[in-house]
Amino acid sequence: MKLLKDAGHLFRFAGLFVIAFLIFLVVRHFVVPKTFGQYGHYRGASIDEMAARPIKFAGHQTCEQCHSDVAETKTNGKHAHVNCEACHGPLADHANDPASVIPTLPDTTVLCARCHTASAAKPAGFPQVNPAEHSGGMPCKTCHTPHSPVIGATPAAPSAAGGAK
Amino acid sequence: MNMSRRHMLVLLPAAAVAWKFALAGTPEASPNYTKSEHWWGMLIDIPKCIGCGNCVRACQAENDVPDGFFRTWVERYHVTDYHMENPEVISPDGGKEGFPSVAEDAGKYFFVPKMCNHCADSPCTQVCPVGATFVTPDGVVLVDQKYCLGCAYCVQACPYGCRYIHPEKKVADKCTLCYHRITKGLTTACCENCPTGARQLVDLKDPKDPIHAFLKTHEVQVLKPQMATGAKAFYNGLDGSVR
Repeated sequence: MKLLKDAGHLFRFAGLFVIAFLIFLVVRHFVVPKTFGQYGHYRGASIDEMAARPIKFAGHQTCEQCHSDVAETKTNGKHAHVNCEACHGPLADHANDPASVIPTLPDTTVLCARCHTASAAKPAGFPQVNPAEHSGGMPCKTCHTPHSPVIGATPAAPSAAGGAK
Repeated sequence: MNMSRRHMLVLLPAAAVAWKFALAGTPEASPNYTKSEHWWGMLIDIPKCIGCGNCVRACQAENDVPDGFFRTWVERYHVTDYHMENPEVISPDGGKEGFPSVAEDAGKYFFVPKMCNHCADSPCTQVCPVGATFVTPDGVVLVDQKYCLGCAYCVQACPYGCRYIHPEKKVADKCTLCYHRITKGLTTACCENCPTGARQLVDLKDPKDPIHAFLKTHEVQVLKPQMATGAKAFYNGLDGSVR
């Protein structure tokens, strides 16, 4: 122990370092979020916070659970792959509470024109019209049924499940 | 056991470190969704896009995107003959309300929907000084808005211009690939509302996903491949003039 005879000041100094390190660990424990570093250099819990956000578009699978008649009509029509909310808007609230959240029917004069107004910029095979010449300002659903837009079919009256007009 | 104060002092930090590691092993919160089983991306089929702006409106509705900012937007390219390097590009209000009609004209027109490419080696996550943006284990680039300082370094780093500083929250904001939807088994708001199927959510780890057959049989590109970002927004029929 001769080597350490006059080394007391060194141990006191080392002790200070150890205490500082411990304080650092304690502060770090309280300051750094628990899940930081769970998957990488970020707060792991933020992923689940993001996933927990509520949805606004219910998704066509949800719509079809009640509106199977509309889904049936669409199946064989040109709009088979146009999902419900692409025209009807975000309706997760309606899906959660069908009785009190009543969706409004979109105005076909505006709605249909968004996709079907003629423009040379659109893909050539896509059906396009000049709405003013084509219908003279009449709503598209005067002649076309939006869910299966073939001409000649009488526009269907809203079904019982189809909600208010 | 006779433990001296010195021994105690040596052991304490070791115990603290060990405890940190024990805490890190908490299990995943959502039981039906396993992050490691997915690797998300997007397929954008340019010949199918009609420029209706449904995706932009749907994104803004689903994610409360403030007016004038876009997590996804649509550009219309007009390339006249011999001017591949100088296309005329417009995106009025992000294409939200569609595009002005054009009569038959020289050159070609096409629409290019743009969004976060959810890069596997994303430049935006690499520059974040505080660990507020990251690539999740399922391949989605997200922002932890509780951690973000709003320094906008990531906004500059994104080669695709997909990030912005939220005008009210004052933190970085961007496409989350509708993480709150895809983890519930739904598709993204933009894909759900695309009337022509020009946008499709793809899961590259799902062997049944049609993307695998599509990638084998089509000429698919990513934007700015020279940036080596590992972009996962795959464009079918992408013209050479697209920037």
